[in-house]
Amino acid sequence: MSAPLLQVRNLSKSYAALKVTDDVSLDVHPGEIHAIIGPNGAGKTTLIAQLSGQLRPDSGHVHYMGQDITRLPMAARVRMGLARSFQLTTLLPGFTALENVAIAVQAREGSSFRFFRAAASERALNDQAMDALRDVGLNSRATQLAGSLSHGEKRQLELAVALATRPRLLLLDEPLAGTGHEEATLLIALFARLRSRVTMMLIEHDMDAVFRLADRVSVLVYGRIIASGTPAEMRADAAVRAAYLGEEEG
Amino acid sequence: MTAMPPRLRAALAIFALLALVPPLAHWIGQPFLIVIATRMVVFAIAALSLDLILGYGAMVSFGHAAYLGIGAYAVAVLSRAGVTDLTLHLLAAIGAAGIFALVTGAISLRTRGVYFIMITLAFGQMAYFFFVSFSALGGDDGTALAARSTVLGQDWLRSEPGLFYATLGLLVLIFAGLYRLTLSRFGRVLSGTRESALRMQAVGFRPFPYQLTAYVISGCLCAVAGVMLANQSAYVSPSYMSWHRSGELIVMLVLGGIGSLTGAIAGALATVALEEGLAKYSEHWRLGFGLILVLVALAAPGGIAGLIRRLKGAPA
Ligand SMILES: Nc1ncnc2c1ncn2[C@@H]1O[C@H](COP(=O)(O)OP(=O)(O)O)[C@@H](O)[C@H]1O
Ligand SMILES: [Mg+2]
Repeated sequence: MSAPLLQVRNLSKSYAALKVTDDVSLDVHPGEIHAIIGPNGAGKTTLIAQLSGQLRPDSGHVHYMGQDITRLPMAARVRMGLARSFQLTTLLPGFTALENVAIAVQAREGSSFRFFRAAASERALNDQAMDALRDVGLNSRATQLAGSLSHGEKRQLELAVALATRPRLLLLDEPLAGTGHEEATLLIALFARLRSRVTMMLIEHDMDAVFRLADRVSVLVYGRIIASGTPAEMRADAAVRAAYLGEEEG
Repeated sequence: MTAMPPRLRAALAIFALLALVPPLAHWIGQPFLIVIATRMVVFAIAALSLDLILGYGAMVSFGHAAYLGIGAYAVAVLSRAGVTDLTLHLLAAIGAAGIFALVTGAISLRTRGVYFIMITLAFGQMAYFFFVSFSALGGDDGTALAARSTVLGQDWLRSEPGLFYATLGLLVLIFAGLYRLTLSRFGRVLSGTRESALRMQAVGFRPFPYQLTAYVISGCLCAVAGVMLANQSAYVSPSYMSWHRSGELIVMLVLGGIGSLTGAIAGALATVALEEGLAKYSEHWRLGFGLILVLVALAAPGGIAGLIRRLKGAPA
């Protein structure tokens, strides 16, 4: 097996007495979709925040492409190809959908210490931004302000922005939550297409999507990984069924 | 080419009207109106410079008048030394303001929100007390200038229309530059950070260098206003950099509407006009001005610019 793209070792983080991340270790290998499932409040979003550089862990290490990135700021990680989408949409509400994506293209293409030429007239920025919007099925809404989009459309835009950073590893925090059936189907197809290019860590409550897409599934409960394996193994695991899937499948 | 944006059209209309002030003032026999108009334009430059960081960058500086003072004192110090050329005055003002902004901005930008307001206020007060204790330049009382700056060795700025048109020319230049800047890549990063710093980091930007650059540009442009203010009043004193003055610059932006550039100009013109107008009728004019501000805040969020947008039926 190839060397892992992302290696998490003994990661821990507490809020006062609450252990939100409790000695988490896991590997994500190039080309795979690694799903993290677990009940609400299990610490999934907090884990992503530490992997993306938004939060500092109390202890433990994160290695990405063989490099220790535990203390690297978020912007530097993004430039190394480690991008994320947010569970709570984090967009630029006063920018159009296209501008939200174009700013991500701008971040990796050329200097932004340019003061004179209108950014809106840069074909290279707009074309790539439009491609990302098309990927998520939002091209018809390009000129709408992000703040005026529907909840589901914001989820799609969130994803387009993450894609526009050209990630090597994409951390997806419940990308399907709040999207309609049609959009969810489109996004699941998109993830399936992307898997040859982009490695993904997928947090998702939609079990159909998880079992359809994931190569590996890790189950997080109270900040701990209680089980990890192939989707089939997880389905069979008694502890997992008790802790999580049991509620879902009755 | 697409149609000209309304805020650009409005700004051009304001510039055109301003350009008519000197002949009109002469025609109706009220030449002192040119003096008031010059003050309006000076403060329009200062408000514009503040709009870059406050309106576009969401950096609420409560010490911006320090740069007015730095610009004004650059004129006083150089004139004392026998240097009267306007270009040299402007370069010295911009240089000094740039250094002050670079140092204080780098420190201030380590804080956020209300702490940023407090620390910029503190730096503004530091500059104020520095010049209060500068006894060679009159300390608290300030100092009168022997003459206005010269241009190419000529005393073109001696006449009120000469000074007015020079100041107006600088305003148009600075507006044009900032207008382009706010639409540029740099401008997008700046206003993107205002919308969500987290989002900007999540696409790979570190906001600090962009914010600091904007802060320095803003300080330098405000110092240009200071140079023209010193010329207009032929007098320089620490009162130019008092915190009241910084607050007044913020008031101009709130009155005109922040983050549109044109609103900053409109707000500055309206504030100076109201001050001059109300002061004529009552020494308690500040009370009347306060009432007007409250009305604006209640009835017209977004200031003059927002009001016009809404009257036209466009979303504010
Ligand atoms: N800033 C914070 N301060 C205190 N507790 C927090 C904070 N952020 C999250 N938590 C708590 O940590 C736990 C895990 O939250 P989260 O990572 O959002 O879970 P999940 O994404 O799995 O639903 C929750 O109990 C939540 O209340
Ligand atoms: Mg979550």
